[in-house]
Amino acid sequence: MRRQDAGWWLLILPAFLLMTAFYVAPILQVLAISFSEPQPGLGNYERLFTSESVQRVILTTLRICCLTTALALLLGYVLAYRIALASDSARRWWILAVLVPLWISVLVRAFAWVTLLRRQGLVNNALMESGIIAEPLQLVWNEFGIVVGMVHYMVPYAVLPLLASMREIDPRLLAAARGLGAGRFTIFRRVFLPLSLPGLIAAGVLVFIFSLGFYITPAILGGGKTLMVAEWIGLQILDLIRWGLGTMMATVLVVAILATLAIFSRVVDLRRVFGAGA
Amino acid sequence: MSATGHALTLRGLTKRYGSFAAVQDVSLRVERGEFLTLLGPSGSGKTTILMCIAGFVAPSAGAILLDGRDITALPPERRDFGMVFQGYALFPHMTVAENVAFPLRVRRLSAAEREAKVRAALDLVQLQGFAGRLPRQLSGGQQQRVALARALVFDPALLLLDEPLSALDKKLRAELQEELKALHRRVGRTFVNVTHDQEEALSLSDRVAILNHGKLVQEGAPSALYEHPRTRFVADFLGKSNFLHGVVGESIPGGFAIGAGATRIMQAVEENQRPAHGSKVLLSLRPEKIALLAEDEAADNVVQGRIGAWSYLGAGFALKVETADFGPLRVALPTWKAPIAPAEGLPVRLGWSAGASVPVVEDVA
Repeated sequence: MRRQDAGWWLLILPAFLLMTAFYVAPILQVLAISFSEPQPGLGNYERLFTSESVQRVILTTLRICCLTTALALLLGYVLAYRIALASDSARRWWILAVLVPLWISVLVRAFAWVTLLRRQGLVNNALMESGIIAEPLQLVWNEFGIVVGMVHYMVPYAVLPLLASMREIDPRLLAAARGLGAGRFTIFRRVFLPLSLPGLIAAGVLVFIFSLGFYITPAILGGGKTLMVAEWIGLQILDLIRWGLGTMMATVLVVAILATLAIFSRVVDLRRVFGAGA
Repeated sequence: MSATGHALTLRGLTKRYGSFAAVQDVSLRVERGEFLTLLGPSGSGKTTILMCIAGFVAPSAGAILLDGRDITALPPERRDFGMVFQGYALFPHMTVAENVAFPLRVRRLSAAEREAKVRAALDLVQLQGFAGRLPRQLSGGQQQRVALARALVFDPALLLLDEPLSALDKKLRAELQEELKALHRRVGRTFVNVTHDQEEALSLSDRVAILNHGKLVQEGAPSALYEHPRTRFVADFLGKSNFLHGVVGESIPGGFAIGAGATRIMQAVEENQRPAHGSKVLLSLRPEKIALLAEDEAADNVVQGRIGAWSYLGAGFALKVETADFGPLRVALPTWKAPIAPAEGLPVRLGWSAGASVPVVEDVA
């Protein structure tokens, strides 16, 4: 290493030490606890295969995450498509409209959904007054409510990578397809969709990974009845003081995220997912 | 592929963007099987005209007719024109074969028909072994040929080329020019090409239409345009030219003489195009039509000068000769015919015949 390079490394040393002390070390400790509490061994991990409640939490989480990812991708794709084809000035407003929700606290948004979806909420009242339903629908404190809140939170995260990949598509390709005789639908299916596929995969990975660790939204909109992994970990550690089980699940979560990344890094350029490489 | 082209007519084509007229009242006819080039500097409206023909730009006024049928309102996907885009616009996620098959797939041809036509089209552009490659695995010249195959595979009524060779280096460009010309002869279709490269226009086309500021300045066969430019712009844009200013003096048989300073210049002219006595004229004189005369040699027009600058170009010398009455004159001299070794400050006698130069008009801006 040349001396100049050593100088650069010294500059990032404080950040490196900080990361190690407050990020890497706790994760390693979590890993250690999951193997040592309450007794040393693989007892906690055995629960993955034997405990029905552990399996139920994992399955619920996967189901909600898949549903959230699918819906967020669908809505995000439509939005991104609209934004990509908009004029420059319109595009700025569209992007602002997509980003504004990101700046509002997740807590506020979750409670906003509660007020909208609860039994005497705006949606139920409107439906009852218009005579479509006689009894209020159970829209919140179940999986439906969680998915609504999470999709709402995730759509901007789907739009941004999708938009980036759509804007990379050379508009001349669409014109060329048209000139060669293709109608709008064919152009979309044969040219636009395949070319935006990397963005779709990237957005999917991003949304799915984010969803796996969701805590506040499911906690509020699930009303404690539908448990996702993050809330379940909180419950184990904070209320039941079962550190071993909680840390085991946390480790499983980290491994699941790393595995997802590892699989998709073979398919798409992950640097693009997280905004680098521009 | 059958040798049936289609004829295209532009009638009073105009395209305005706000108050700016990109194309102004252009009328043009492209005959069956003809290779027409729209030539002009950037901003001359040539690409706008091509986009109007292709259907991507709706003209503000005027009509486009294919074999007499008005197609002005037809969307591009229903015009059945093949087009080679600038930069080729090959679909990056499709192989060469899939790219070429795209227009056939859109037209719902059966797989067997598609395969046969794709093979024929790739044969046509000599890319037989490349069907399975992706565009990014091809060189610029190969990509250009794929774009051609894709544009020709569905037997289009017309082939439109938007600066097809501009992305290639000089040597490859010359090579592909020849290929494109041979291809045109083989398929016998009507080609409309757009370029800013005058050499390409001259070597490829049956006919060239020169545009400037959105207007059609002159059209004709390449040699007619080169030898008989009507305006200063045409003479200047198509090749290089010297411009001689003068006032019409006495008439001589088959021409007239102009006075410019102390020099008298003879100019041949058609009888019916004789300019009025005393009027100002502008003559265009090509650098290669000026000879370096020996002491005892005579010519219709002789001008004395000194070499101001010169460069060696291999096949020839490019001289800039300073003259008293015409300012600097450019002279192109084949190396093998150069009577002297050029040197700065060397006095020379320039000579040209009365028929070598042509009167041109100043362009109105």
